[in-house]
Amino acid sequence: MSEAATAPKAVEGPLTFLDDRLGSTTFFKRNMKKVFPDHWSFMLGEIALYSFIILLLTGTFLTLWFKPSMIEVVYDGSYTKLNGVKMSEAYASTLNISFDVRGGLLMRQIHHWAAILFMASIMAHMLRVFFTGAYRKPRELNWLIGVGMFTMGMLEGLFGYSLPDDLLSGTGLRITQGVAESIPLVGSYIYMFLFGGEFPGQDIVPRLFTLHILLIPGVLLGMITAHMMIMWHQKHTAMPVKKQTETQVQGYPFYPVFMAKTGAYFLFTFGVLALLGTFAQINPIWLFGPYDPGAISSASQPDFYMGVLEGSLRIMPNWEISAWGHTLSLNVLIPALGPLGIIFTGAAVWPFIEQWVTGDKRLHHVNDRPRNAPVRTSVGMAAVAFYGILWVAGANDVLAERFHVSLFATTWFFRVAVFVGPVLAYIITKRICLGLQRKDAGIIGHGVESGVIVMSPDGEYSERHEPAREQERTVILSKENSRPEPPAVDANGVPAPGSKGPLGHVRSRLNRAWTFDDIPIEEHGHDEEHGEVENGREPKQLNH
Amino acid sequence: MKRITAWRRRPWAGYAVVLAALAAIGVIYAGFSPQTDRAEAENTAQAAQDLKNGQELFNKNCASCHGLNAEGTKDAKGKPIAPSLLGVGAASVDFQVSTGRMPAMNPGAQMPRKKPIPAFDTELKTDYAEPEKREAAEKQKAQAEKNLADLRAFVTSLGGGPEVPSAAATDPSKGDVAVGGKLFRTNCAQCHSFVGSGGALTGGKYAPPLDKSDVTPTQIYEAMLTGPQAMPVFNDTTLTQQDKQAIIAYVVQTREEPNPGGNGLGRIGPVSEGLVGWLIGIGLLVLAATWITAKKPKKLKKS
Repeated sequence: MSEAATAPKAVEGPLTFLDDRLGSTTFFKRNMKKVFPDHWSFMLGEIALYSFIILLLTGTFLTLWFKPSMIEVVYDGSYTKLNGVKMSEAYASTLNISFDVRGGLLMRQIHHWAAILFMASIMAHMLRVFFTGAYRKPRELNWLIGVGMFTMGMLEGLFGYSLPDDLLSGTGLRITQGVAESIPLVGSYIYMFLFGGEFPGQDIVPRLFTLHILLIPGVLLGMITAHMMIMWHQKHTAMPVKKQTETQVQGYPFYPVFMAKTGAYFLFTFGVLALLGTFAQINPIWLFGPYDPGAISSASQPDFYMGVLEGSLRIMPNWEISAWGHTLSLNVLIPALGPLGIIFTGAAVWPFIEQWVTGDKRLHHVNDRPRNAPVRTSVGMAAVAFYGILWVAGANDVLAERFHVSLFATTWFFRVAVFVGPVLAYIITKRICLGLQRKDAGIIGHGVESGVIVMSPDGEYSERHEPAREQERTVILSKENSRPEPPAVDANGVPAPGSKGPLGHVRSRLNRAWTFDDIPIEEHGHDEEHGEVENGREPKQLNH
Repeated sequence: MKRITAWRRRPWAGYAVVLAALAAIGVIYAGFSPQTDRAEAENTAQAAQDLKNGQELFNKNCASCHGLNAEGTKDAKGKPIAPSLLGVGAASVDFQVSTGRMPAMNPGAQMPRKKPIPAFDTELKTDYAEPEKREAAEKQKAQAEKNLADLRAFVTSLGGGPEVPSAAATDPSKGDVAVGGKLFRTNCAQCHSFVGSGGALTGGKYAPPLDKSDVTPTQIYEAMLTGPQAMPVFNDTTLTQQDKQAIIAYVVQTREEPNPGGNGLGRIGPVSEGLVGWLIGIGLLVLAATWITAKKPKKLKKS
């Protein structure tokens, strides 16, 4: 951290004011100059933060008119096509917001688009953090909070989507009911407890409303605060650029540079949401119609962040076990809990597993380049493929309709792809990472092609290579070459620490898998170790 | 008067009256009869000719699959190639031929909608600027309409069946939209999607979209009445004529309704919304982030 002792003049005045009353100037002084590293991908999380603020503001506007009530009313309003139709008060008030409240439709649309962007940016941000290894010690806790916020965001979105009581949201609730009921032993109790009686009942919308506007936003707000404070305290990770080391941050101070940038980015987020809310229609509940348990529409999909559940449900074979008068609905239970369980549990335990496998207990403030941790990157891509295939499978009827393929064919394709895809993704990503490592080793070992052809006295033509630019070399040399562990059993038959027992055996195997094909990148003379660079797959290690 | 009264009493008077009456009837009959006779004969001849035209069109365009007597055909294994057309009625013929589904190009899971063949192209463009071109097009269109009518008449003559609905029965402005929406969501949306943007079915079949370019009110009515391809039949006991008209009103008025919230994104629900959120929303913000981080302050004031 490069921190100046004094704050800029513009903040000195207010700080003195605060200091005289609260005695906190040193805190502000230190923090106004806190340095933030600069990279476009560090802004992805900010989209989520700013979307959340806009969600709170637009959501408050909507609560002024929305009536969370399942009481049946007969609609009589501006949308004449539904005049005289019986519907719940929740649906009628959403129609009222859309067609009769000034600016109501715009607010509804911005609110919904902000929810989409909130979840999309969380996903993008999590992928950035994962692939750059930014979750490593000391940031595991913040990673866990992030996984928690993603889960909360999904629930918050599902509940909000269910509030207007239109045909699509009712269908979503029907699936929620099915999932609750599929839980062994306690399923029907959970369902009755949640809905307060038979589906759909009168209670579910008011209950979801309270959860949606009070409990979950409160929890999210707390988690966001913790996330930000931990980030502030631990400092943001940085990309491996010149002057950036594990002990020194290269970037711009919070005041005035980063503050201006992040402020501008809030306005950008707001602008994009306003554009989407104005020009792109979202969730047109008046077209869906009021919910009626007897009606259903094709292309009934949830919002995109629930798509992975929808896809799992759609490709699941119809397996059920009936015994002793009870039915175990594997056809609902497995898709509801399996894939997301794998993704969320996997994400949550990954930092600890990686630490255990690599034995790396050091603090990390500089990010890895994805290619320099091929196993991590490949596992990440396998997870992306797994999630992505299930996600797309959730839209299989739309795909079949738009691209004129058979619906059955898509189902069977996804059933196979969900198992084959991640494996393929792992293998391909690993190869690409190693190829890129080899290219980096080539650049450091040989330099870059200069385009100058020289002729030797013998008449041999060759292209002159020049050393890479300083900046590029710094980035490439940020790679930490893997050091093979000592053999599990040394010459005297004494097992190495950490490789004892069956668990230790697994650990050494995994550690070897993590490191064995690493391609060392070292600065050395052009002549020596030529084969090393070309023949990088051999787990040789230079010891100089 | 006296003379008539006197004649009434003559013995031959009765015969004379009968004769006179017969003569009068004969004269009146002669006065009208030849004309009606000729018209009827002409009508019958015309109908026969129309029926003949219909049969010729049938033989040319339909018989290769449906059989010369419209009895349907089967392949060697006894699997039906084409169904029998006995009793399908004029409504079915009108729907299949005017939407271009029949004559089919090649057998598949489902016959796609396409431009009707020239002989039945009733949607032919006639708004040409050149009078002779327009006249030719109009003539061709009139012929196509006649061909279709003849074909309908011929197929009906084989076994009856539902008639083409009247224009009044399909007028979308006369139906109850609210009822239509309810009926549409209960009976149609599970395949055609909530506003009729179409949907996929099993085995490569699909429910076609109900857009303006896809289907006319009459065709919607005929489809409900006859249940073409994968569609079930909604006869007049399942959905009354008023119900059908209400559904037509809902479909037509909804597809003509503008999207109050901006671009409708295909009106296919959350899939296109998620795509737009990622591609446009996240896309624009990544561009903004790249731009913001590329901005470097010229110099930082030392303070």
